Amino acid sequence: MTEPPFEPSEPTEQQPAEEAPPPAEAAPAGPAASAESVEPEASAEPEPVRTAPARRPLVKRHHWLVRTTHWLNAVLLAGMIMSGLQIYHAFPHFGLRGGPYYVNHWDGKYFPRWARLGGWLAGGLNWHFALAWPFVLAGLAYLVYLIASGEWRSLLFRPRDVPRAWRMQLYYLRLRKEHPPQGKHNALQKAAYSFIFVLGVLSVLTGFAIYKPVQLWWLTAAFGGYELARYWHFWAVWIFVAFTLVHVALVFLVDPASLRAMITGWYRGRFPSHD
Amino acid sequence: MTDDRSLSRRHLLRLGLTAGAASLAGACGWQGGPLLPLLRGASRVNDWVGEKVLLSSDRLAPQYPISGRTPERYFPAYSITRPVPQLSDPGTWALEVGGLVRKPMRLTLEMLQALPRVTYTVKHHCVEGWSAIATWTGAPVSSVVALVEPTAEARYLRFDTFDRNYYNGWDMKSALHPQTILAYAFNDRPLTPAHGAPLRLYSPIKLGYKLTKYLTSMTFTAERPGGYWEDRGYPWHAGV
Repeated sequence: MTEPPFEPSEPTEQQPAEEAPPPAEAAPAGPAASAESVEPEASAEPEPVRTAPARRPLVKRHHWLVRTTHWLNAVLLAGMIMSGLQIYHAFPHFGLRGGPYYVNHWDGKYFPRWARLGGWLAGGLNWHFALAWPFVLAGLAYLVYLIASGEWRSLLFRPRDVPRAWRMQLYYLRLRKEHPPQGKHNALQKAAYSFIFVLGVLSVLTGFAIYKPVQLWWLTAAFGGYELARYWHFWAVWIFVAFTLVHVALVFLVDPASLRAMITGWYRGRFPSHD
Repeated sequence: MTDDRSLSRRHLLRLGLTAGAASLAGACGWQGGPLLPLLRGASRVNDWVGEKVLLSSDRLAPQYPISGRTPERYFPAYSITRPVPQLSDPGTWALEVGGLVRKPMRLTLEMLQALPRVTYTVKHHCVEGWSAIATWTGAPVSSVVALVEPTAEARYLRFDTFDRNYYNGWDMKSALHPQTILAYAFNDRPLTPAHGAPLRLYSPIKLGYKLTKYLTSMTFTAERPGGYWEDRGYPWHAGV
């Protein structure tokens, strides 16, 4: 594949820096939405991060499908986790009856009522099995969009991102002064967003493995059997929770403008370029 | 820059309200309220997927060595009635097989034991999440079905018990599975009252609450029967 020369082009939406009173919301007028251009794999590093706020362009950052599935996913995941904790309530152990039970901080413990959805086991099950389908469909819709639009390029963590992630980590640890150049996302973000999608897939697969351990015996066997699949399914919850906490914290600490981008699609922040 | 800030604040507020509403819903142990019919509909879809898409008529559940058995004291035994239901006169017990069949029958334990015998050591999956391994012995439901000759309208089986009002409904496909049996022995010995004596339904392809204990009758129906737990909201198909 021939790589086009890297162009330090500003997205078409950029406004002249000096333009007097910028229209309050810079109403993202119609066709301008074409800023959503995807440049295939620039071979050079994207341009360095700018800092002067006055020069920050307003760019279209997230397609409506990405925004919709993002927030839908947030709600569905919360429901899946809460109904899952309700189900856990019925037998708070992992391993065959009689034990020994697997190492689990919550072994024999129950989660508070506010953290559970469904009210009782049957309610928890019905919520869990009802929300599972839209959860899977939203994931598939997101995946299809990423592939069809080429947007996966700005998200998928690949081997060449390893040194970039390292430099980014050094920056966050204050062992490096300048923010490494980045495109839409930095390499650590790519790692995080790639990982969390894989975790979603694993949650669905371990879920099916414990839903139909006989009919889908090969899937259950792949996770080490029914009891272990149930154990991994539970672990996925805590990784999701930890991810979400860090994810939300970083939005506010590092790039608050990205919150607006995930809601309206429009972004005016520190990292306007796209890869 | 400033508009970023105010937007963030506004959205943060909105997020907070949503999260608050969600936890409030959780706080009430919410079962679904007005959404309950929707949840029931989804559960029916899952029943359909469970029976028509995921259930195989001939895939056998894996079997385990005898050494893999769960120690009996750790194998839970549930019943609706306490103490455990027991027949006052086991000698007079017989299974009534009727409904949409050409040859209704009364099958005594001896008659059932004379039918083809199936023994397997399999994993039991409880809806609560626990699992345990035991050996079960009995007559395949399919051999009883062959005896009584159900009519073409018979699509479901209803199982009734002497454990108060406990009853259950099965789809024919699951009932005819080669590992679905009318069990009279647990771990090589006659069924104890705790495990459903004198006769219980057993199958490694369903959750425990479908494996009806203390059987009194087996009825072929055209309409889908409910079930003790199913009527209270548990999934109907409950295949594993």
